[in-house]
Amino acid sequence: MLYTNLKHIESAQEHSKIINENENVMVICGRMGPMCIPVYGIAEELEEEYKHVKFCDMEFDNPESYVIRNLPEVRNFMGIPFTIYYKNGKVVKATSSIQTMAQVRAILDSEFSK
Amino acid sequence: MSDNNSNNNHFDVIVLGGGPAGLTAGIYLSRARLSTLILNEGTAGGQMVLTHEIANYPGVESISGYQLSSVMRKQAQSFGAIIRSNVVVEQMDLSSKVKSFTLADGKRYTSDAVILATGGRSRTLGVPGEDRLKGQGVSYCATCDGDFFTGKEIVVVGGGNSALEEAVSLTKYADKVTIVHQFDHFQAFEHAVKEAKENSKISFVMESTITSFNGDSSLDSVDIKNLKTGEVRNFKTDGIFIFIGYVPNTESLKGMVDLNERGEIKVTADMETSIPGVFAAGDCIAKRYRQVTTSVGEGTIAALAASAYLKG
Repeated sequence: MLYTNLKHIESAQEHSKIINENENVMVICGRMGPMCIPVYGIAEELEEEYKHVKFCDMEFDNPESYVIRNLPEVRNFMGIPFTIYYKNGKVVKATSSIQTMAQVRAILDSEFSK
Repeated sequence: MSDNNSNNNHFDVIVLGGGPAGLTAGIYLSRARLSTLILNEGTAGGQMVLTHEIANYPGVESISGYQLSSVMRKQAQSFGAIIRSNVVVEQMDLSSKVKSFTLADGKRYTSDAVILATGGRSRTLGVPGEDRLKGQGVSYCATCDGDFFTGKEIVVVGGGNSALEEAVSLTKYADKVTIVHQFDHFQAFEHAVKEAKENSKISFVMESTITSFNGDSSLDSVDIKNLKTGEVRNFKTDGIFIFIGYVPNTESLKGMVDLNERGEIKVTADMETSIPGVFAAGDCIAKRYRQVTTSVGEGTIAALAASAYLKG
């Protein structure tokens, strides 16, 4: 279970619904570990500011998270969290492991400009 | 003293850092009805938030670092402390009577006293390729990423307890683990060294350091330099885990407050720094033991000392 204040995605079906019903979506797929928690914290901080982006998380060990673990964009990833940015249902950017606030902002600003 | 619910940009005390020391200081200060702003460059909770389980915090049998951080943050806010997380402090003036902080977003805050509780972070090697290949073969957390290396050959860098214990734990996944360490001996406790040496999957490359991480989309090799001979060789590997200790987050304080040779802030028993009205607490100060409980104690002392300073 992910103890965050983000929207939790519990199933592949819910994942599909969210990325298709929202233009801009960021999904952090991880565990409650030292590389993941800072990224959840950054997303929680940015939720207020980036109202045009839907911020979600998904538990890495949930079997349903195959929808993220099997993406071609994460083929070389060997560090959690896998953070996926979707625009109109398509992956536009993916990162592996811990990220800084500046790195997340840079992606949000370039991929999801208002 | 100003109103506890100050809505301007001047505060009685600004706390720099939102780990256990900073949050504790925030609880004590705001409960004493001092207007308090906590400026935090990371996630509230600091290193504590990253701890899977805390079982030695008195009064609490077992709690995750995330949950304890969350409670401390709420406690500080409930007494009136304002917390701004994930900010970037671009400029600060600690030497004037009124201290000031300018953030990257242009906001400027001032205060009559300051508590520095900037904490520490994992040390990185800082060599070419490290940041680019982070999460693509370069890792700092065995429990997070170990399973990506099942059946593979990996390198662990470091010679302390974390490095040796994590190397042993990584043998659950990896077929071969090579420990690279800069000295000819380990700093780890004897039992950790013994366990690593007795593990048939672990080999050692001593008196050596990594000079480069190589690979396009993922790590495929590292360059290892022998520190005695100067020889550099290419070493094929699927992944690398780095455990080379912690550094205090005090780079931006250099030249402002007195630091020791390790970059830690020098403090008195009352957590006073070399500047009047500036106190320090937590993992950024010079001390021997680094625990949540010690940081909480120092945060308490710093807050009480700052309160006394403000009363004159």
